[in-house]
Amino acid sequence: MHASLCDFLSDIFQNAVESNAGSIRVNIEENDTQISFLIEDNGKGMSEEVRTRVTDPFYTDGVKHAKRKVGLGIPFLIQAVEAVEGAFSLESEVGQGTKVFFSFPLNHIDCPPMGSMVSTLLSMISFPGAYDLLVYRSLTVADKHDSYEVNRAELEELLGSFESVGALQLLRTYLQSQETALNEIRNRISH
Amino acid sequence: MAKMTLEELRKLRDTKKGEIQKRDIAGKDSQIIVGMGTCGIAAGAKVVLDAFLQELDAHKVENVSVTQTGCMGLCYVEPTVEVLTPGMPPVIYGKVDAAVAKAIVEDHIMRNKMVSDHVFDRPSADILKDGGK
Repeated sequence: MHASLCDFLSDIFQNAVESNAGSIRVNIEENDTQISFLIEDNGKGMSEEVRTRVTDPFYTDGVKHAKRKVGLGIPFLIQAVEAVEGAFSLESEVGQGTKVFFSFPLNHIDCPPMGSMVSTLLSMISFPGAYDLLVYRSLTVADKHDSYEVNRAELEELLGSFESVGALQLLRTYLQSQETALNEIRNRISH
Repeated sequence: MAKMTLEELRKLRDTKKGEIQKRDIAGKDSQIIVGMGTCGIAAGAKVVLDAFLQELDAHKVENVSVTQTGCMGLCYVEPTVEVLTPGMPPVIYGKVDAAVAKAIVEDHIMRNKMVSDHVFDRPSADILKDGGK
C-alpha cells in the first residue's frame, strides 16, 4: 500500500505515460479541507471490458510486467479513497485517452499524508518518455489563493536532458521555489 | 519567498554551467537507475531519487546520470537502484534509503567500493522464464 497521496499521483501518472500518451495534463487543487487530482492523457485509452477490470487487483494488461498477474496501482488508490470517503472516477475511450480523478478529505483521520510534492513533480517531469506534461497546482486557504503551472517541454528546452544531475538539481530548486511560495499562503493566514 | 521565474532559472543555469566547467571531471561516467515501479513508489523510491541528487550535489559529483525505470523484479527489497560504473560490474542495490544512497555515492561512485550489505541481484533467468512459479 502506498504511503502518501503523492504516491498515488505518481502511480496514475505512470499509467498515463505507459499508455503512449503524447500529452498529459495534471491538475492538483488543494483547499482547507480537500485535495483533488486530475490526470488526463491522450493515450491509447481503454475498452469497456478493460475499464471494468482495472479495479481488480488480479488484472493487468501485462505491458509493465509481462509475467505478472497483478495490477495494484488503481486498486490501491480506490481502497484508500473508500477508506476516507473520498472520490474516484475514471473515464476512458479507446484511441482517445483516459481521465482519472480522485480526491481525499484532508481532515479525515485516516487520510494518508501528502508526501513530498517537490520530489513527486521532479520524478514525474524527469520520467523517461517523449510526452508533453503540463502540471497545474493550486492552493486555496480561507480567502487566499495561489497557483503555479509547470510545463515539461519548456523546462527541458531550458535545462536540457533530465538525465543530467545538474539539470535535475536545477529542476528541483525551481520546483521547490514554486511549492514554497505556494505554501506561504498558510503562513500569511496564521500571522 | 517569490516563485522563481523561468528567466531566473535560466540565469541560475548559466551560473551553474560556469561552476561545472571549472570542476575536475575524472572522465568516468556512471549511471544511477532508480526503480520507480508501483512497488518502488510504495517503498519510497522518490525519497531515494531526491537523496541521490542531494548527495551528488553535496559532493559536487557531476559526471553521473540519474534516471528512472520501472520494476526490476526485486519487489521484496524495494527501493532498488542499479549502478553502472566503468571498471565495476553492474550492481543492483536493494532496501535503499537516504543513508544507503549517501553510502552509494561516497563509496561506489567516488571510491569504486561496493556497499556490500545492500547488494542484490536480478532473479535468475530460469525463474523469469517460468513466470516466478
